[in-house]
Amino acid sequence: MSLLDVSNLNVRFDTPDGEVHAVKDLSFRLERGETLGIVGESGSGKSQSVLSLMGLLADNGRADGVAQFDGHNLITLPEAQLRRMRGRRISMIFQDPMTSLNPYLTLADQMIQVVREHETVSKKAARSRCLEMLEAVSIPEADDRLDRYPHELSGGMRQRVMIAASLLLNPEILIADEPTTALDVTVQAQILELMRDLSERFETSTILITHDLAVVAGTCERVLVMQGGELKEQGEVRKIFYEPQHAYTQALLKAVPRLDEERVERLLDGGEVGGAAAGARAGNAAGADPLLAVEDLKVSFRVHTGGFWGHTRELKAVDGVDLELAPGETLGIVGESGCGKSTLARAILKLVPLAGGQVCLLGRGLSELDSAEMRKMRSDLQIIFQDPLASLNPRMTVGDIVSEPLWTHRPDLDKAAVRQRVVHVLKRVGLEGRELNRYPHEFSGGQCQRIGIARALVLEPKLIICDEPVSALDVSIQAQIVNLLMDLQAELGLSLIFIAHDLAVVRHISHRVLVMYLGTAVEIASREDLYERPSHPYTRALISSVPIPDPDKERSRARELLFGDLPSPMDPPSGCRFRTRCRHAEPRCAEEIPELRAVGPSRVACHRAEELLETV
Amino acid sequence: MSAATSQAVGEDIPGRSLWNDAWRVLRRNRAAVASAILISVMAVLVIVGPLFSSYAYDFTDWSNLSIGPSFETGHIFGTDTLGRDLFVRTLYGGRVSLMVGIVATIVSLVIGISYGATAGYLGGRLDHIMMRIVDILYALPFMFLVILLMVFFGRHIVLIFVAIGAINWLDMARIVRGQTLSLKNKEFVEAAEAQGVTAFAILRRHIVPNLLGVVAVYVTLTIPQVILVESFLSFLGLGVQEPMTSWGALVKDGSEELESAPWMLTFPALFLAATLFCFNFLGDGMRDALDPKDR
Repeated sequence: MSLLDVSNLNVRFDTPDGEVHAVKDLSFRLERGETLGIVGESGSGKSQSVLSLMGLLADNGRADGVAQFDGHNLITLPEAQLRRMRGRRISMIFQDPMTSLNPYLTLADQMIQVVREHETVSKKAARSRCLEMLEAVSIPEADDRLDRYPHELSGGMRQRVMIAASLLLNPEILIADEPTTALDVTVQAQILELMRDLSERFETSTILITHDLAVVAGTCERVLVMQGGELKEQGEVRKIFYEPQHAYTQALLKAVPRLDEERVERLLDGGEVGGAAAGARAGNAAGADPLLAVEDLKVSFRVHTGGFWGHTRELKAVDGVDLELAPGETLGIVGESGCGKSTLARAILKLVPLAGGQVCLLGRGLSELDSAEMRKMRSDLQIIFQDPLASLNPRMTVGDIVSEPLWTHRPDLDKAAVRQRVVHVLKRVGLEGRELNRYPHEFSGGQCQRIGIARALVLEPKLIICDEPVSALDVSIQAQIVNLLMDLQAELGLSLIFIAHDLAVVRHISHRVLVMYLGTAVEIASREDLYERPSHPYTRALISSVPIPDPDKERSRARELLFGDLPSPMDPPSGCRFRTRCRHAEPRCAEEIPELRAVGPSRVACHRAEELLETV
Repeated sequence: MSAATSQAVGEDIPGRSLWNDAWRVLRRNRAAVASAILISVMAVLVIVGPLFSSYAYDFTDWSNLSIGPSFETGHIFGTDTLGRDLFVRTLYGGRVSLMVGIVATIVSLVIGISYGATAGYLGGRLDHIMMRIVDILYALPFMFLVILLMVFFGRHIVLIFVAIGAINWLDMARIVRGQTLSLKNKEFVEAAEAQGVTAFAILRRHIVPNLLGVVAVYVTLTIPQVILVESFLSFLGLGVQEPMTSWGALVKDGSEELESAPWMLTFPALFLAATLFCFNFLGDGMRDALDPKDR
């Protein structure tokens, strides 16, 4: 008999706009010791279906159906009994570990409370159990960490604590809702490794909910694919990946750019294929004058430490980065969060003051311009943000949002001319051009991102900086936006700086890639060189951390996982900044700062780049 | 522009805005709707009501000194100790009280928003200086300010507006500044900066409209507060001057005759209390309606 047997589960929400049927007739089983993946895009009902099992639906939600667990129907079980079940027999980890840990309590307080809530044990015994568990999730210096507050730990560390806390009572079912979505790839790889390991050791059945097919490939035995509240396909993991039956599963698999295969010219996004655009994409226009030249760029922030009598210290967010960008070229920038890639973008746009160095656009140094000249220059320089909704003013209509750059830079245009341009650009980015009177919150994430792109495009700039433009979007929407950006580039000759933490997307869109670590550039190379012959150990670790949506390859590949977390940029390690996490570090790395130098066709900042290249 | 484009643009789908949504939520809040209706009725009554009364607010009816409510004499709320019709006086008092409430609030609104938003958005040293000025003004005792104004300019209703407005905008400026500080780090403001939009246009188009939710709520809470302050001043004899009156002044007079003529306290106090209740309910309703988390 299955451990959990769900049949005909329905979840409905009452909203002011009528009833929303979030989960429709979902049936599945979870076997003992098995890891089950539930994959779907946002709004597919994947989270709501498991929340309803835990009795954790929002107030306006209703569930019906049968969820048989150990002789009880979880759906109709009274709240009091369900509460005893939660945590003890079924426990859950969430996407953002910071919001699920109480910031005012130490880890010991929270974890011991969990144990003592369900069992009568002494404080001391409870503490030693917490300690064991923290060690099981490989947290170093667990005894000391136990008395700390959540904010004193890094994101990856917090997620480890959450996993430890959820396993404390040895539950039969562990539900993980997007456990790695908020984490960097390097940390995601560590956490996934840990979860694989733990499910074997503790024989817990796990339900892993995620939007990322690659995550499922390496961890799950069986997979459910959901869309719009319906179960589209379920089956054994290899079957889902190698012989997907449903069109939606197939589309989902083709929408993600993959590191393990040849780069395709165009991602499948469900739209018509723009043949002209794909062909017309000229590569790096060699020999042309650079559009943008950045020399030894430095940005630092003053950080106040200590209380009233504290002192300010300098945080070097970007510490000497050089880059060049040719017209029509795309430069990808990758790195973990906190490596300074967004700050670099803002410094180029002159949104944060420079601490040193130069930014030249079209041969003119931006720091020498006065504010009026700079304002003029801004029409050539635009930015697209990560969070599509947050980057649009909620109180302005779409028409006004896209018109605003024209109001600023083209006061000569009359109302009708502005409107015509706005309608034109909205159509160009794949909207209808009829959205002028509507507000941003009426649109989906992908549509909002299109509006953001329209706003950046309306002045016909030469350079657009894209700061993680697709990270907040579903994979199929992500493919549409990436394709749109590439089409626009081919058509308008735009230069793009594409910042992302997703290495596969960066490979797809970029001509050249810059890898950043703790505010410095560690490698700059063409797309082919970087992904086929990564020279810097950090680049290699990054690439091997990216999960691959292929169960066999993902389970058999040799990994070069990073250990530990990013050191604080307040006091970076001496010498090579990467040495504390580098498996190839030698004494010399602690003393000499490696220069960015030519190694083959790439430029790499590593003392041992040549030796390492030979070992590939 | 081509005919096809203009046609396409002509059939825009009407949008749903944050305000429309808020309005929809507010309409479902029965207490808030009833309060809004009652406030409107009250406003119409104090403006139009006196026209239909047979007595002037300062007319002394010598034959009916200090009588209780009666329909035969036409004094439906009774008269005060000087024989003046209480119904008309309550309505006139309402004019003053509501006007003080609304005018002083608008004054604090205009000064507070522009001051707070400027300080918050421009930040740095200017913000420090501007907020320290606010702190200094805060330290000024309110009663001292009122008495000072009275001594220099004599008793006049306008002075009450000035005094209350001068104190109330400080709160507004602080609230607005705090909100602005969090707004200016939002990505849409950054997007506008990247486009080269001027600071003034960013304030006008991006900051202030996004403050309105908080401000609208604060306004409905300020109006009753201001009416109470005016009542307090009138109660101390620093408010409006006889024979003109306000609800606060009427309550003060009434409380002195509580034993001999209880209606003198009852009617103005009822009006005052009802208005305050209504504004508070409306304020609560608006706060809920404008909070997206509550929807």
